[in-house]
Amino acid sequence: MPDGAALAIPGRLVYRAGMNRNERPEIGAAENEGLAGAGASASAVMDEPELRAALAAQGPEPVLELRPEKGLAHIIHAMRDFRQGLGLFRLGWMLGWLDIKLRYRGSMLGPFWMTISTAILVGSMGVLYATLFHIELRIYLPFLSFSLILWAYLNSTVSEGCAAFTRSAGLIHAVRMPFSVHVLRVTVRNFLTFLHSVGVIALVFVIFRIEPTLNWQIPAGLGLWAADLYAITLLMGVLGARFRDIPPVMGSVMQILFFITPVLWKPDLIYTGRQYLLFDPCYPMIEIVRGPFMGTPVRPSIWLVAVLYSIVLWVVSFLLFARMRARLAYWV
Amino acid sequence: MAGVDVSDLTISFPLYHGDARSLKKTLGGVMGRQLSGRFAQDNRNRVTVQALKNVSFSLQPGERLGLIGRNGAGKTTLLRALAGIYEPVGGCVLVRGRIGTLLDTSLGMNPELSGRENIRLRGLFFGLSGKALAEVEQDVETFADLGSFMDLPLKTYSSGMGVRLSFGLATAIMPQILIMDEWFMAGDASFMQRAEQRIAGLVEGAEILVVSSHMPEVVAKWCTRLLWMEQGRVVMDGPTDEVLPAYLEAAG
Repeated sequence: MPDGAALAIPGRLVYRAGMNRNERPEIGAAENEGLAGAGASASAVMDEPELRAALAAQGPEPVLELRPEKGLAHIIHAMRDFRQGLGLFRLGWMLGWLDIKLRYRGSMLGPFWMTISTAILVGSMGVLYATLFHIELRIYLPFLSFSLILWAYLNSTVSEGCAAFTRSAGLIHAVRMPFSVHVLRVTVRNFLTFLHSVGVIALVFVIFRIEPTLNWQIPAGLGLWAADLYAITLLMGVLGARFRDIPPVMGSVMQILFFITPVLWKPDLIYTGRQYLLFDPCYPMIEIVRGPFMGTPVRPSIWLVAVLYSIVLWVVSFLLFARMRARLAYWV
Repeated sequence: MAGVDVSDLTISFPLYHGDARSLKKTLGGVMGRQLSGRFAQDNRNRVTVQALKNVSFSLQPGERLGLIGRNGAGKTTLLRALAGIYEPVGGCVLVRGRIGTLLDTSLGMNPELSGRENIRLRGLFFGLSGKALAEVEQDVETFADLGSFMDLPLKTYSSGMGVRLSFGLATAIMPQILIMDEWFMAGDASFMQRAEQRIAGLVEGAEILVVSSHMPEVVAKWCTRLLWMEQGRVVMDGPTDEVLPAYLEAAG
């Protein structure tokens, strides 16, 4: 009986033993009875009617046809990647959520540490800079808290984006999966990290009675912001997978942008030449979210530039991804 | 009907490390003639490693293919290409059917998550939920026999437990094509026996098995057909009892 299991595998060995494939199911059944004590009945795959039904409902068996990409195939395959990635939205969400959950295993206060540290940062910087800039705390603190938290969100999107594919290298090498799932995972993770600080914003808004402008601008700004963050993660992910110098380079770039962009200082501090501010892509991006929420008007020129930057960002990210998608597994 | 068709498959890895020209010199000089045959230059003058060159074969339902060859012969790369992870640089790979993979030693699982959580993630990947997912979970739990370790993080598992879990999971979703790398063969005797039974029991699943190994006794037991690989090329392709003696003779 010890070698019996091997006989159950069809093919040459079975043939040599003088059996044919038709006998296989009976042999298998006999095996299961004979080896029940040794846990044989536990080894077979159980009857899984629901699984069978679920798999059957997914349509005909999948066909994987791969050959080197030429021309339009790059674009079509990248689109397919996005479509399949959208179908796996729950997986991407779950992966991002688990990343956050794991971060807090073994921590007592868990996520509240981040909220507390954000509150301390915003509170102390708000008081200090309001004094230095001679601005009323009532005006400056809400501005600073909202700006800093938005900036932290953008900054983490860029820095985590660089590792979007390299950090998932294990998963990429283990199973074929749409690459957009890995991007979604990082996007979700950054969004959840951002949510930690929302409480601070809400608290500041309530204390200082800030009233958002309730019109089309809030959903439009949030929508554009979300789309941009996804594109940034995608772009940084591809670049970071190919060039390992990208994370430190982007760190420095973001450092410079932090001071150029009106985050610590209010944009109305500049009177002459404020149109040059629009050359900084981060400014319109932040302003279209900050303006409506803070209840300050957003100039149409800012909206226009924000939309233009977003289109450019998406086109560049998508084309780069389409061109390099098939190579990503080789790089990570 | 499950099937695999590989024609003229070529895969090469670009080497980005350092200066390409000095790298070329080093590879040409130090490593000697034999190895430098696997290095090439692409049309943009980059140095590449030829992992697979003009590999062609096709598999019918019921075939159990073993890849045999020394370390670095391109076995794992070929498995990954079949799984669709490395897209071909040249040639074509056509795979019909649901694929189950056991490739990476990390199993594509998150070591911080519990076995149960990893099963759920894999279930989501296959678009399963509710009862179907519960069935998979139950099946894997029974097979892997991990007891209360099911709810502990994977990093607390012994390597044998990890192998049991990943093998149970890869087979529970009833793959039509099962692709396994050799590290998996490191399991102990009783596990190997149960694994064999499980594969045999996949009546409509695992119609095709592709497994890589450098252990002759394993392929003799598991495979109906062998692909002997050397330096990224197929040296011999045929029934196990023809290829294996030739391979052993060449190796010995």
